[in-house]
Amino acid sequence: MDEARRIGTTLAAARPQAVAALLRYFRDLDLAEEAFQEACLRALRSWPQNGPPRDAAAWLIFVGRNVALDTVRRRARQTELPAEEMLSDIEDAEAVIAERMDGAHYRDDVLRLLFICCHPDLPATQQIALALRVVSGLSVRQIARAFLVTEAAMEQRITRAKARVAKAEVPFETPGAVERAERLGVVAAMIYLVFNEGYSAAGDLSAAREPLCEEAIRLARLLLRLFPAEPEIMGLAALMLLQHARAKARFDAEGMVILLDHQDRRLWSRPVIAEGLALLDKALRHRRPGPYQVQAAIAALHARAARPEETDWAEIELLYSTLEIIQPSPVVTLNRAVAVAKLRGPEAALAMVEPLGDKLSGYFYYHGLRGALLMQLGRTSEARDGFMTAIGLATTAAEAAHIRAHLDRLAATGREGP
Amino acid sequence: MIYALLCYHQEDVVCGWTKEEDDAVMARLAVVHEKLARAGKLGPAARLLPTTAATTLRKDQDPPLVLDGPFAETKEQLLGFYTIDCADLEEALEVARELARANPGGAYEVRPVSLFVPGSFAP
Repeated sequence: MDEARRIGTTLAAARPQAVAALLRYFRDLDLAEEAFQEACLRALRSWPQNGPPRDAAAWLIFVGRNVALDTVRRRARQTELPAEEMLSDIEDAEAVIAERMDGAHYRDDVLRLLFICCHPDLPATQQIALALRVVSGLSVRQIARAFLVTEAAMEQRITRAKARVAKAEVPFETPGAVERAERLGVVAAMIYLVFNEGYSAAGDLSAAREPLCEEAIRLARLLLRLFPAEPEIMGLAALMLLQHARAKARFDAEGMVILLDHQDRRLWSRPVIAEGLALLDKALRHRRPGPYQVQAAIAALHARAARPEETDWAEIELLYSTLEIIQPSPVVTLNRAVAVAKLRGPEAALAMVEPLGDKLSGYFYYHGLRGALLMQLGRTSEARDGFMTAIGLATTAAEAAHIRAHLDRLAATGREGP
Repeated sequence: MIYALLCYHQEDVVCGWTKEEDDAVMARLAVVHEKLARAGKLGPAARLLPTTAATTLRKDQDPPLVLDGPFAETKEQLLGFYTIDCADLEEALEVARELARANPGGAYEVRPVSLFVPGSFAP
């Protein structure tokens, strides 16, 4: 790896901490971002000559703060600081500054920065876009590509989201324990949204959105380092790792979704699975179950099965029924029905699925699963109707193609049948 | 003399490598490993999972205290390490507790191993 690339990785890794601390100093997102940007430019000039600093984040915060102070003063039409003189002081000051940047501050700074992106007035996609831009530092072009909009449109969306957030007046005092826990919950949900934006994409879009999955995992690791004893954050990280481990096996050459049962499990990433399992193991020790831990436990049972036949569906059904209690939703029940179909056959599963019709009438997977169960029961014309509804609700070409394959199979059996 | 080489790097940088970059580093290392192994100079080597997967047993108190996260103090020094093969974290902690009873004071950081190279010392 060449030096510029190495510096780039270091800058990206330091970004959340640095921007978060600069935000605390200046209480202005734009100014904090500008200051970080300028500090990065100076790093690119200074580090190759002087070597990288011991604590990159502290260096960037120190330089960024001086740069932004300079900007603020200039805006106030006061004398500007000579930039070179400022830089020459940095080497001596760095050690002192590094000591003053204690871990506790970083922790609440980063949490605040993430929390600001989760403003309840912002629709989910804007929360995600804002977090990817501000916290992760993805370029507007990358984000626009992931959301299938033009760069200009995304730029405008992010600017608007920032304006909304600027008016929100998030308190800058150190939060209390209850408030911190609440923020952590909101931020965890946003991180999982980022992940799902990446994970649910298929076909051409999946490549453009893969960075979203990686960013979400990076953010969860960051949160875990700051809050090492939170079982739900361990659960969230484990869940995302265990799902992401299957990335290479999830699509065929044409970008079609390959269902879990048909994936080539040798393509699953073993080190990523190991990390997910280790985090889940740590989380379960706390005996404080939560939705992320339960979902991670389900993903872990799939990850542990070397072949689909070895999947522990009884345990999976049990975990889904736990999830139905702690986070009830018709989608969870639908997922439990999949386990029930494996354990007790399509009839029992269909009995569970039918009552969900009212709530899930517009949900692709509901009609897809219902069609598949009816097909297994030999109720072909009802199955066909179910698949036709599903195809109309498919949001990706891969989903539609998957259902079309079912319809083709139905047509084939219809011809062979009596 | 048997030497231990302890590998340090910035974790968020290494975790930030793309799969391709990571694979490239591992492939370059594998060449060196192979050469060392052929010469009978390579003992067991391990790549650890990130510190976020670590649990620490503080054994300077009785009973020892289990904390999430890596060992973070700087007043103690690294004096040795074990590799153990356990079913899960609970069993690994049980082994650590047993060792702690034999040798209280200090701490054990329990860190899962992501890649294990058994090596091949000449007997």
